Amino acid sequence: MGGFTSLTSRSVVLRQTNIDTDQIIPARFLSTTERAGLGKHAFNDWRWQAEGVPNPEFPFNQPHNADRAILLAGRNFGCGSSREHAPWALTDLGLRAVVSSEIADIFRNNSLKNGLVPIVLAEADVQALMERPDDALTVDVAARELRTPDGRVYPFPLDAFAQTCLIEGVDEMGYLLARQPEIERYESTLHAR
Amino acid sequence: MSSAPRTLFDKLWDAHVVVPESDTAPAVLYIDLHLIHEVTSPQAFTELASRGISPRRPDRTKATMDHSTPTLPAGPDGKLPYYTAAAEKQVETLERNCARYGIELFDMGSDHRGIVHVIAPEQGFTQPGMTIVCGDSHTSTHGAFGALAFGIGTSEVGHVLATQCLLQRKPKTMSITVDGPLAPGVGAKDVVLHIIGIIGVNGGTGHVLEFRGSTIAAMDMEQRMTLCNMSIEAGARAGMVAPDQVTFDYVAATPRGPKGESFEAAVAYWKTLASEPGARFDSEVVINAGDIRPTLTWGTHPGTAIAVDAPIPAANDAAAQKGLDYMRFGAGDTLEGKAVDVVFVGSCTNGRLRDMREVAQVLAGRRIAQGVRMLVVPGSEIVKRQAEAEGIDQIVRAAGAEWREPGCSMCIAMNGDLVAPGQLAVSTSNRNFEGRQGPGSRTLLASPLTAAWAAVQGKVGDVRDFFDAAAHKDVA
Ligand code: SF4
Repeated sequence: MGGFTSLTSRSVVLRQTNIDTDQIIPARFLSTTERAGLGKHAFNDWRWQAEGVPNPEFPFNQPHNADRAILLAGRNFGCGSSREHAPWALTDLGLRAVVSSEIADIFRNNSLKNGLVPIVLAEADVQALMERPDDALTVDVAARELRTPDGRVYPFPLDAFAQTCLIEGVDEMGYLLARQPEIERYESTLHAR
Repeated sequence: MSSAPRTLFDKLWDAHVVVPESDTAPAVLYIDLHLIHEVTSPQAFTELASRGISPRRPDRTKATMDHSTPTLPAGPDGKLPYYTAAAEKQVETLERNCARYGIELFDMGSDHRGIVHVIAPEQGFTQPGMTIVCGDSHTSTHGAFGALAFGIGTSEVGHVLATQCLLQRKPKTMSITVDGPLAPGVGAKDVVLHIIGIIGVNGGTGHVLEFRGSTIAAMDMEQRMTLCNMSIEAGARAGMVAPDQVTFDYVAATPRGPKGESFEAAVAYWKTLASEPGARFDSEVVINAGDIRPTLTWGTHPGTAIAVDAPIPAANDAAAQKGLDYMRFGAGDTLEGKAVDVVFVGSCTNGRLRDMREVAQVLAGRRIAQGVRMLVVPGSEIVKRQAEAEGIDQIVRAAGAEWREPGCSMCIAMNGDLVAPGQLAVSTSNRNFEGRQGPGSRTLLASPLTAAWAAVQGKVGDVRDFFDAAAHKDVA
């Protein structure tokens, strides 16, 4: 990852609350040993009708939503299973940010590891943004704020480490591997417990 | 370390910090036990291989296969009936990765295999005071032992394989106190559904829960596991119960737990872990056990829990209405009386021996209703053998239900064990999300007693009636 300083895009809206990772990608698509190519199954059971025909009502099937990189979602997005396949599927679909008034813990962690920015705003602010999905929103990771074309600014919380990872592409596994001396020192105390 | 009274969580956190957290970086937290399974590990091993590194502590890593595996025995050709070639490939990939790096694997031939959250406690790998992770959200189950146990994503599975550590920000704490005796027919599953119904499907977000109070103290380890298992369904990072004599006795009886002097030393340490009087939690919830009735869910997330005889609430937003529509229920209906197509008993929530015994208690001498399909899936090979030694498989089969091989089965419906579109299932698993048990499936979460009683009646009933009838028979 890395190189994510800011992004400007219009949004796709899913108003539903408590969208769980089983909806983001149903379990029957987890029988894979790869990360790539899961976008076609994103929101599978809402997006495709039984015959494999697209559901025209579903936002991700509507032509005007193609190429939009920001998802505005109802409260408590990403609850349930820890499957990292969920952010893999969403980024494969072209998403780079999810905005909700609450984002589930494991999904938020998994998103940050895949260059998908989890943005938590007040419910009223999310609702206001949902009214105007055709506004090009700017997600400014460096400033930790989301801006609208008419000049509204919404600061969002983002852990300093996560921010550095998004911008500079810190390799988390590499970072942990570099802690080897501390890890060895810790392990040498273990038998004492 | 401050001298303020500490919670169980605080003690476990402090004991595992390798590098403390700062404004600019999360803590490096040491992981004592890493559990892996076939679905969320392959991409992590690929990452290690691409960096040319090997797992740091294969001895602290244990592997099993449970999600994609069939619950029907091998056919006449000796081949296991995998649902898809992809499922079989996942299992083979895990076998290869474990063989390559010397990770102990409980494979399809092992008589100790089973659902990851059933076998690790059963073997004695799960112990008080540990940090335990797995690429699986129900890792919270192990918190029942007074461990800090939580689910992680596949990237983090790679981190733990490579370094035995994770980058973590310290979560908040929430105490949930449950006091008083439970009514006959009301168990741990009802308690946890009741709790999630109160705090909500996101009530625990950002928190580690500690379950306390006399009701919890009176529970056996299997009940405590059911409780902690579903912490994640309230959005919590983890759930935990302070270790006590019940915990120590359970670990003492396991094949792989500490023995002799090391067991004594461990117990001395484990006894120091409980939250101290006056320890501060970020939030506190108090529940009266006497308020808890047999509880099920009516909607499409676990927060939609209500008592069996309570009216389904009116939808107060579009999502609730969507849930009602999906379930084909109306506000004001009760779940009691709803006709049932499928009953599933199993999963890491309720696939242990106690659960099998409860089902047998209801099914003994009865038949399941015509038209109902019932699957009873033990959580592990050991559970299966113990249940069979008690004749539970015979009771299940005589009642007209199917007795299967261990695995996740219909909990996640990855292995071909499916609820058909539109069918209504009463399930002892943990998730009633849309399509969780198969596309179009409709799920009511419930306890094993309630599930078995629904199978017998052909519709959802109040299992307290079963206990009332039993009590009256005793009197007569
Ligand atoms: S039984 Fe269900 S919840 Fe438990 S590990 Fe298996 S799939 Fe996950």
